[in-house]
Amino acid sequence: MTAPVKPEESGPMSTATPTRAPQQDVPSGQQPGDGRVGGGLFDPKQLVKSLPDAIRKLDPRVMIKSPVMFVVEVGSVLTTIFAFKTPSEWFGWAIAAWLWLTVVFANLAEAVAEGRGKAQADTLRKAKTDTVARRLNGTDEEQVPGTELRIGDLVVCEAGDIIPGDGDVVEGVASVDESAITGESAPVIRESGGDRCAVTGGTKVLSDRIVIKITTKPGETFIDRMINLVEGAARQKTPNEIALNILLASLTIVFLLAVVTLQPFAIYAGAEQSMIVLLALLVCLIPTTIGALLSAIGIAGMDRLVQRNVLAMSGRAVEAAGDVSTLLLDKTGTITYGNRQASEFVAVQGVTEAEVAEAAQLSSLADETPEGRSIVVLAKDKYELPERHQEDLTGAEWVPFTAQTRMSGVDVDGRKVRKGATGSVIAWVLDRGGDVAEDAQRLTEEISQAGGTPLLVALEDERGPRVLGVIHLKDVVKEGMRERFDELRKMGIKTVMITGDNPLTAKAIAEEAGVDDFLAEATPEDKMALIKREQAGGKLVAMTGDGTNDAPALAQADVGVAMNTGTSAAKEAGNMVDLDSNPTKLIEIVEIGKQLLITRGALTTFSIANDVAKYFAIIPAMFAVAYPGLDTLNIMRLHSSQSAILSAIIFNALIIIALVPLALKGVQYRPVSADKMLRRNLAVYGLGGLIAPFIGIKLIDMLITLIPGIG
Amino acid sequence: MSPVLAGVLQLIALIAALALAYRPLGDYMAAVYSSPKHLRIEKFIYRCIGANADTEMRWPAYLRGILAFSLAGVLFLYVIQRLQGHLPLSLGFASISPDQAFNTAASFVTNTNWQSYSGEQAMGHVVQTGGLAVQNFVSAATGMAVAVALVRGFARSRTGELGNFWADLVRSTIRILVPLAVLAAIVLVACGAIQNFSGIHGVGQFFGGSQQTNGGAVASQEAIKELGTNGGGYFNANSAHPFENPNAFTNLFEIFLILVIPFALTRTFGKLVGNVKQGYAILAAMVTIWLGFTVLMMWSEFAHGGSALQAAGAAMEGKETRFGIGSSAIFSVATTLTSTGAVDSFHSSFTAFGGGIQLLSMMLGEIAPGGVGSGIYGMLVMAVIAVFIAGLMVGRTPEYLGKKISTREIKLAACYILITPALVLLFTAVSMVLPDALGSMLNTKAQGAAPHGFSEILYAYTSGANNNGSAFAGLNANTPWYNITIGLATLLGRFLPMVFVLALAGSLAEQKPIPETAGTLRTEKPLFAGLLVGTILIITGLTYFPALALGPLAEGLS
Repeated sequence: MTAPVKPEESGPMSTATPTRAPQQDVPSGQQPGDGRVGGGLFDPKQLVKSLPDAIRKLDPRVMIKSPVMFVVEVGSVLTTIFAFKTPSEWFGWAIAAWLWLTVVFANLAEAVAEGRGKAQADTLRKAKTDTVARRLNGTDEEQVPGTELRIGDLVVCEAGDIIPGDGDVVEGVASVDESAITGESAPVIRESGGDRCAVTGGTKVLSDRIVIKITTKPGETFIDRMINLVEGAARQKTPNEIALNILLASLTIVFLLAVVTLQPFAIYAGAEQSMIVLLALLVCLIPTTIGALLSAIGIAGMDRLVQRNVLAMSGRAVEAAGDVSTLLLDKTGTITYGNRQASEFVAVQGVTEAEVAEAAQLSSLADETPEGRSIVVLAKDKYELPERHQEDLTGAEWVPFTAQTRMSGVDVDGRKVRKGATGSVIAWVLDRGGDVAEDAQRLTEEISQAGGTPLLVALEDERGPRVLGVIHLKDVVKEGMRERFDELRKMGIKTVMITGDNPLTAKAIAEEAGVDDFLAEATPEDKMALIKREQAGGKLVAMTGDGTNDAPALAQADVGVAMNTGTSAAKEAGNMVDLDSNPTKLIEIVEIGKQLLITRGALTTFSIANDVAKYFAIIPAMFAVAYPGLDTLNIMRLHSSQSAILSAIIFNALIIIALVPLALKGVQYRPVSADKMLRRNLAVYGLGGLIAPFIGIKLIDMLITLIPGIG
Repeated sequence: MSPVLAGVLQLIALIAALALAYRPLGDYMAAVYSSPKHLRIEKFIYRCIGANADTEMRWPAYLRGILAFSLAGVLFLYVIQRLQGHLPLSLGFASISPDQAFNTAASFVTNTNWQSYSGEQAMGHVVQTGGLAVQNFVSAATGMAVAVALVRGFARSRTGELGNFWADLVRSTIRILVPLAVLAAIVLVACGAIQNFSGIHGVGQFFGGSQQTNGGAVASQEAIKELGTNGGGYFNANSAHPFENPNAFTNLFEIFLILVIPFALTRTFGKLVGNVKQGYAILAAMVTIWLGFTVLMMWSEFAHGGSALQAAGAAMEGKETRFGIGSSAIFSVATTLTSTGAVDSFHSSFTAFGGGIQLLSMMLGEIAPGGVGSGIYGMLVMAVIAVFIAGLMVGRTPEYLGKKISTREIKLAACYILITPALVLLFTAVSMVLPDALGSMLNTKAQGAAPHGFSEILYAYTSGANNNGSAFAGLNANTPWYNITIGLATLLGRFLPMVFVLALAGSLAEQKPIPETAGTLRTEKPLFAGLLVGTILIITGLTYFPALALGPLAEGLS
């Protein structure tokens, strides 16, 4: 369920994109499957805004990073020089202009992708105002600039202070406003010890006093890294991107050879070609479409993660996410709502369910635990008992739950009602000389075997103490999880549920949720062993974690997503941080990783398939004069040789701009099997790539011929 | 029976024969390469050459073995040609000139068998049978060894060891090529091919004058010439010569010999990687291209476009009446789509489009089914490229046969696909501006046959760099320029790709295997075979499109 996000709540993370999709706990079936990993909307205005950046990127030292586009730039320079030589020829100028536009369009794609990140970085920088730290020196306090803090320094923060650096709380507890980083305005509790001790520089203490031990050098803090990441300053080419670049470079060399050697052949045929035409042919053949969009695709992929409040520490991790074949998911919070809930009341023989419900409700009125509340809610919703409140019952004596008694209840109007752990309640009844119904034991066992937790309900009234029935507490699996896991299975991803529950309970929940496997009574060592076992079989493993004892496993996993609420050890060990601390997001991260690779592959296929049509435009245009028979190849019936070549070049340039939104948004992704996905993408981008340019070039040619002096 | 029907029936008979041989031969070869035992004769050979056939080699060692062995082969062939005048059984032929001797040595060691000499007028028994025929076996065996090494790269994990070159070389020769060649030679002799050590005879002709006929161990050389996709004929007329290829049956039988090992190696590949379906997918891609080109060729030849051919009534120029149009068309596609280069008809005389199909067949890299060994390793490299592009489209780091295709693999595959286009285009381009080189053309611009003349030169380098060895005819290639450059093209076109193939094999063998899941690209499915065909046609086809446009297309569309 995607709640509409009020602007002031969405915080700084979302300023660049109006469509940040906050993920609630429920991976809902209401969202259309394909829209799940869609990106931000593409605003044409961004093109205009990014133009200066695009021009700046014409610097050859920058261009050389993309070998394909560097060749186009060299071609543009040469064409311009040749156009100068024969200034009266409109053709040379037209080709030169469109070649330059091709380069600018490519830069524009990259600049637009980067531009989105820059806006986010700016808002982050505002949070990173220079703070003054109160450093503890023995028992004294001294004021130092935040930039002078060293690892191990102790600093004090009180209500209203900005935390000067990343660290762990070593003393005290405080509520902290982390909206500067997470965009979430509700304050969070940070306390010493345990898994909630990490604080982030730039966030604000709202109450109380804490002492923080600094764990990060200034300049390398979380917020610094975030700025670098979203700005793309830390962006390195991913392994897959490098491999693709190599393939594109080798294709460029092949086509360069084809064009360079063509001139001697043409001279022999008596059809010597001008350099301008040869350069135009070269640019048409080399894979400019993917060459132009490759880096934008990579940046946009990272950006899609940032929009979901996930920070990937490396692009490599995003790519690895696409390759993941085993997902380790914590049961609590990911697969089930964190707490057990009452699901039914079962009566022993001779007692009605309504009686059990009434007693259960009464005994739980004072029970503020989630389990207790769920009993009250169930009694009201399912058994339609009237609502009662603690204060309605005057003279009641409430018996709170303690670890010793393991029961809670109430004594009111001569009735004593108790509910609690099986053993405790039975002992209570027997102690008071009552008897336990014969089937009570059987009922509790049945519930245990089904993976639930039984709570006995007992009553002592004029008829003496006796057991009334059992409350069935169970883990409630989140809605839509089974569908999600089915999708993952189709994608070839195995899901493993990790839980501290006993194997019986774990099995029941695993079956209900539809995960492929489970690890019960899991210790951190078990988790680690499982990851290593999967990896030894050649699988890539993804997991989430937040505790310090998760850190080794997070580091071992190929994709380790640390929760932002977790300890700094966990955040340091993982290669992604989820600012929303929503473990379900792991599934989306996998999808984003896949989408990134698919987009690259689809546009590469499209780019290469495009060449066929361009040949049919340019080859007859070049040689039909020498060999009139070759005009047969002009199947598009283009107007003239000049209009044919120009149309091909214009199509080549415009297709880049036309595909920028696709590059930024990513190719539509559906969780289906590899086979189906390949079939679909081949049809759209392979076949489409073959056909589209025939139509496009013909249309452009028709338009060009309308220009006076050409037609 | 109409000639078209006859051609189609011959094609069907050929397919049936290949299908029958596919499984037994493929399985047998797989067994040969995985057997731990050595034959007694093999042990004897290993002792003679001082090789330890039981050690595993990593790719550099494997490559060193190939290069050392091939270098020795080139030197030996060169020396015996240069000394021919002083050798016994030389039939009185003089020593070969240095440039031609280099060309011939390079050509036979690289499995090319480009011949700038005319066999019956230049080479005696020692060179033909003791030198060239030996290379016909071992150059083919070298190709098979490299193929097996690459297949082991896919099949093995966490090692880097690719087998033993000497064992693979000797086993390919002793257990596969020699027995099959003996069988094939017996069939050929039974059908009328000659096999003797007789000298040169002058035979009086019916209308006066006399004709020279040579004897020789023809049938035995013919068998390995086709079986090892070599193509170097005993006679200048090659398989058009009645002593080499007496009748329509032997013609079809020779086509069968050309194709049988390269196709069956896909089965061997499937067996060795533990999934025969993977082999079938590669086979399907090969058959699609081979059958498609064969049908196109038959259509082009039977339709015989062009005013002269239309006036003549059939495209029979340069074809043997013994074989007819259909069988000649099937032969010419088989020989150019493999690295054979034997001819039973004159490629220059085919229709313009027919010539274009022959050129394109070689330009695709001779991978459908390709030379013995070189065909399957070339196809597997293209599969790596196809997997990389398509694999991205399923949202995973591409993988093939459980191995990741990442930066290193793509770098090596990319280098592989660069080499032959570079050699073909650069050598052709230089020749097109050298007056001396242009002077070798038979059909010239002055005669109004510029496209055909250009095709002659383009064909020569395409044939050389792809290790085909067939000639378009017409071009006088026995000049120092062509002897040396084509010789270089054969060497570079053979051994540079092997370097990258073996490095790729080594890199694959070191990886740990990735288990197959529903998210894995299914490379044994028809969709992938289709994608592979598309990738090959688009990537290699586009490279040569401008050149083809100025040659066969310009000629055929005029």
